[in-house]
Amino acid sequence: MQLSLQGKTYVIMGVANKRSIAWGIARALHAAGARLIFTYAGERFENEVKKLVATLEDDTALVLPCDVTKDEEIASCFAQIKEKVGVIHGVAHCIAFANKEHLEGEYMNVDREGFLLAHNISAYSLTAVAKAAKELMTEGGSIVTLTYLGGERVVQNYNVMGVAKASLEASVKYLANDLGKYGIRVNAISAGPIRTLSAKGVGDFNSILKEIEERAPLRRTTTQEEVGDTALFLFSDLSRGVTGEIIHVDSGYHILAR
Amino acid sequence: MADVLERVTKIIVDRLGVEESQVTLESSFKEDLGADSLDVVELVMELEDEFDMEISDEEAEKIVTVGDAVNYIKSRLS
Repeated sequence: MQLSLQGKTYVIMGVANKRSIAWGIARALHAAGARLIFTYAGERFENEVKKLVATLEDDTALVLPCDVTKDEEIASCFAQIKEKVGVIHGVAHCIAFANKEHLEGEYMNVDREGFLLAHNISAYSLTAVAKAAKELMTEGGSIVTLTYLGGERVVQNYNVMGVAKASLEASVKYLANDLGKYGIRVNAISAGPIRTLSAKGVGDFNSILKEIEERAPLRRTTTQEEVGDTALFLFSDLSRGVTGEIIHVDSGYHILAR
Repeated sequence: MADVLERVTKIIVDRLGVEESQVTLESSFKEDLGADSLDVVELVMELEDEFDMEISDEEAEKIVTVGDAVNYIKSRLS
């Protein structure tokens, strides 16, 4: 069994900049020979994604807009992918958002709008994307999303994003059950904290990192590359018996009582 | 110490796509250089990397102008 993804095509959603976990996943898949399609939301990320993709020196790579809060944009994005490549073998869903003011202090200070926004972008989008991607995954495949310990347990300041991640993790299981009969697997990577643009939005993020360094079984923080390699495993046939799973790539931090 | 301003300016020009001549000690990131809140977070992360330091949320909030950033970095380096 080889870890080559030669001849396979994957959609990477949610690269914001070089620090993005999505970019770590992209590099791992690229190194394994996969063809990549990148999606971004809004102009602010378009240039950044295009700059990064240019560094791959792969002229088969595509960059398309996909704002997951808009059904018609998801539809048109996957229609373009269908037209350009036909079949895809997987999707890396690395998308989440919450208002910064809801990522500090008490969870209950969230309002209805902020709650729905976080769930819309961070949880529902996986289901919407999976439904659209299924039509192109005619040879079966693998969908991978990113979650965090704050979806299972209380992590200070993570607040509404934790509640949205809980919804995302439940979605992974229900989608795995729905899509298994089509040969499509759905899994999540629960990554340890990584210094990304999104993570910096969480109040006092630096001290969360320090805690991992001091207490996680492996005594170090999680890297983009570690998550990229686990994603490569989940996208490859090596993981063909794995679906509906939440894999922790967090230096073992999640096993600690506190 | 002048090179702190130089290094900060380079990061600002690169991240915000502004002209070097627009970047003065008095320029405000949001008002004069057109940075939104995400840009500011990115800038802070770039500065943390460039000068190998940690900038806490409270400290980052006090950085409004280029001069604030330069002074803060200088105070930490000395």
